[in-house]
Parts: sequence; structure tokens; C-alpha cells
Amino acid sequence: MVTVTDLARLQRKAAEMRWRIVKMMGPGKAHHFGGSLSAADVVTALYFHKMRYDPANPQWPERDRFIMSKGHSVPAQYAALAMLGVFPVEELPTLKCLGSRLQGHPAMHVTPGLEGCTGALGEGLSYANGMALAGRVLGLAYRVYCLLGDGELHEGQVWEAAMTAAKHCLSNVVAIIDRNRLKAMDETECGKALDPLAVRWTSFGWATLEIDGHDMAAICDALDWADAQQQPSLIVANTIKGKGVSFMEGQAAYHNASLNEEQFQKAVAELEAAAAQMEGA
Amino acid sequence: MAQLTETRFAYGEALLELGRQRSDVVVLDADLYKSTRTVLFRDAFPERFVDIGISEADMVSTAAGMAATGLIPYCNSFAVFITGICYMPIRTQIAYPSLPVKLIGSSSGLTQGPDGASHQSLEDISLMRSLPNMVVVSPADDLETRQATWAIADWPGPVYLRLGRYPVPRLLDGGYRFEIGKAKVVREGSDVALFATGHMVWKALDAADLLAKERIEVRVINVSTIKPLDEAAVREAAGRAALVVSVEEHSVIGGLGSAVAECISEIGHAPPLLRLGVRDEFGESGLAEELLGLHRLTGPRIAEDIRSVLRS
Repeated sequence: MVTVTDLARLQRKAAEMRWRIVKMMGPGKAHHFGGSLSAADVVTALYFHKMRYDPANPQWPERDRFIMSKGHSVPAQYAALAMLGVFPVEELPTLKCLGSRLQGHPAMHVTPGLEGCTGALGEGLSYANGMALAGRVLGLAYRVYCLLGDGELHEGQVWEAAMTAAKHCLSNVVAIIDRNRLKAMDETECGKALDPLAVRWTSFGWATLEIDGHDMAAICDALDWADAQQQPSLIVANTIKGKGVSFMEGQAAYHNASLNEEQFQKAVAELEAAAAQMEGA
Repeated sequence: MAQLTETRFAYGEALLELGRQRSDVVVLDADLYKSTRTVLFRDAFPERFVDIGISEADMVSTAAGMAATGLIPYCNSFAVFITGICYMPIRTQIAYPSLPVKLIGSSSGLTQGPDGASHQSLEDISLMRSLPNMVVVSPADDLETRQATWAIADWPGPVYLRLGRYPVPRLLDGGYRFEIGKAKVVREGSDVALFATGHMVWKALDAADLLAKERIEVRVINVSTIKPLDEAAVREAAGRAALVVSVEEHSVIGGLGSAVAECISEIGHAPPLLRLGVRDEFGESGLAEELLGLHRLTGPRIAEDIRSVLRS
């Protein structure tokens, strides 16, 4: 159960995370704004509230794990890790630069705090299952959280992994779908339809819950709900791609885009105003 | 005739023993555990065995997650599937971070036999060899397979182990020691340097026997680690021979022949290289011996091809 004080703290963290995401990306260079911003509230709830995680000891064997299966949204995770002190926040603007520890997609052997390599979509949930199975073999009681894109669900391996988790009753696996309804080019329902999404996962043997993925209280409650399930649990987090920047919201064009200076300043100003409002609240 | 053993059987027994010795070894299979011989491990250690179903990509990604948590997973399927279906997760999740997942490609090559082209892996070495951090091992007989099964558990990164379902005799003597990255001379000779891998070590030795009767002396080198290639051994053998030959149950593109060519092309005045293998074709249904004959991968055909180059 999240307290009112905690909730306000988490909302401030999410606002800071969005600001850091856009600041680290900067103008004049293509970045994955949309999916990083849509995922920010879920990533905040995990790293700053739910997960058993010690930033001073990111290799603690009993830590909860987070796998960013939608690897292009890793800037949200970079922001979380830096805000926790796993590496310096000053490093964030090196994102995607030559020689940087912050690669365009997650590289566990390069960046402190990352738990896996993703980037080719569809592979992360299987990997999360493997971590969960290993926990059983090793007698460690951690949980594994896996954030998937909704467009990513077009990849068949996700459904292989969904069946594996159900078959092995991996109640320590929690999958969260960043349901922003947009993929790289257009709506997720183009190419392949995903709805009825939760029903599909239920039929695969998962406990499912659908929430507003920008409602921090709802996210925290959903993560607590997952603790109580006797089977793998799936949270459909309904989100808005580009959340927090007015001209990006709901626009597939900002899946991967380059901002001009004016757009960048506008985005930063909006996110700073939102953060200031949180501080005042 | 000595007793013949399929390398997959030696692997299954060695894996069982490895499971007894090491509690961090886990085994994954994709509905082929009787064929791949992981059935022995499954029966002994069910809590460390996962039959993932017919989903090879899911299997290797799951194994990557287990490896990241400190376990040593052995992933099993037919060679054509584990390298082909799984290429992408192997690349992103295993080779890139260099996680210690062991990929076991069983029933490799033409000698897979009657199932035909869809099941005959002739490009698997090429696929795995091109991945950074990946080690590629292709043992010659049951003894080397046992040793390799054990040795790869200690290797800190990913390994592709290529096995077969073709009965081969014991070729290496009891004192043989497999080492990752070391090619070993299994027969001395000064005229021709013949590099062979997997089942073809047997055929290469047969060819060398035939050629010796004509006073053509062939040195046979067992290249059981194709990557990292034992470049010193290749250069040394190539430097002394009039002809260099490679032979593999694989396409001549991207496998042992390519590796040897890449190495000796950097030697000034290298001898000519004859690459024997499958010549950029798919396989087809047939018995193992018929297919090896068709693709000129028997002792007599290898000897013929070497003889004709030496005489030309």
C-alpha cells in the first residue's frame, strides 16, 4: 500500500525522470522519445517504490530484477539508475555517443545496473523467465519485472514466453505492457491486432489487470496485486506515447525523432513546469 | 572394426556425469531430449532440466536469463534449428554480453540423413563463427566429445558445440587431451596438410591411408576448435606442405575451409588450398553414406580429389 506522502514523492520522481529523459536526449539527434516518456511512471514505481534494490550493491543476488524488453525505451531506465546513484547523472547526456556507457539499446556488460541485453524486440520475457527459473534452482526469492512494448507483442517469441511462464507457474514474473497503442510507424492495431489484449493473456494462463499507466497509485496497487498471484501476472498499463510533452503525445512520429532547438526548449519548459507544479503540490 | 559411437551418445553420458559434479549446470531442450540424449540428465536431475517445448528461440533466451543469474545452461536442439531459428537471441542476449550459455547442435551435417535439406545443417558453423565472443567446437569422436562437454563448462563465455548422429570409431588415443583453441596433429606427413573437423577427421585419416600407399604423405590435423582457430598450428602445417586441404561436413562457405583460407592468406607464398565440403548447395534425403558419397566426403573420394590436384 502506497502512502499519500510516498505517492507525492513518486510523482515528483516521475516528473524528474521525464525531464531527465528529454534533457539527456537533447536537440539535433534522433532519439526514442515517445516510448521512454510513456514508460516513465511504471519505471519510477518499480525503481523508487516496489523493487527490492540496493543502488550501492546493484549485484546483490537477492535483488529484484527489471528487464526492459522494449529496449529502445532504456533512457527511462538510465534516468532511474542515475537518479538512484548507480552511475552519475552527469553521464546521462553521453547517451548514444561514441565511447559512452549508455548505448542506444541495453548492454548489460557496458552499463552498471542493467540486467540484460535487449533491442531486438520479443526476447526479453523469455529472458525474465530464465531469471525466474534460476531463482528457483538457486533458492532465491526475488521477483522479475519485465516491461514490454505493445507493438513488441507482434513478435511471436513473446507468446512462446507467455506459455513457458504459465507452464512453469512463474508467479515471480510480472510482465507490464506499455500500452501506448503506437508502434514505430503507426497504430499497433495496424499489421496485427492486439485487442482484446488482457483476454488473450488470461487465456494463456496469466493473471491480468488493466490500469491507467500514468496513475501512480494505480501502478503501485497493481504491483502489490501481482505479489498475491499464484501464476505469472500481467499488467496492461494504458499509456500515452510521448506523455508529458504536448506536441509528442499520441504521435507515432516521436517514436524515434530529432528535435530542433525550439522544440527541445518547449519540451524542457513543459516538463520543468510540470515538475515545479509537483514540488508545489 | 573398432566399435562405432555417435558423438551425441558420448555427449549425453558426459552431460549426466557433469550434472553429478556440478550443481550449477542446467539443461534445456526443445522436445528432442531422446535424440539429443539429454534424457539421461533429465531423468537424473529433473529439477535442473527444462523441456521448453518446440520453441527454440524461447529456449535460448531463457537460458541467457539463467546464465545471467550464475547458472551454466546447456541448450539442446538439432544444429540447424539452434543456430538458424535462434540466431537473433543468440546474437543479442548471449554473444553480445558473452554469457556462458552452451549451445549444443545435435544431428549436424549431411549425416543427419533421411530428413533432408530442412534438417541438415550445412551453414551452422558459418553462422556461429561470425559472432563475436562465440567459440565453435566440433569434436571428432566419442572421447573428444566427452572431454569437450566438460571443458566448455569451464569456459567463461558462450560456446557452440556441434555433434552428430553418425557412428564413428574411436580415433584419438587414451592420452589425448582436448583443449579449447588447440588443433592437434593426429597423423604425421610432409606432402599435404589436411585440416579436418568433426566426422571428417575419420574420413581424412582414411584418405591419408590410401594416399600413403602411393607415397603421398598426408599430415592430418584435427581442428576441433574452429573458433578461435589455432592459427599457429595452421600456419606451421601449411608452411611445410605442398598442398593444404580442408574437409568438413558443412558448406565450403563460412566454415573450416573459410577459416583456414583466411588464416593462410596472410602467409606470404602460401601453398594452394583445396576446400572440400558441400559446394554451396542444400542437402537432400538419403542415407548418411549415400550423401557423403554424393558430396565426395568419403576417404576414397577425398584421396581422389587430393591426388588430382597434386597431379595437375
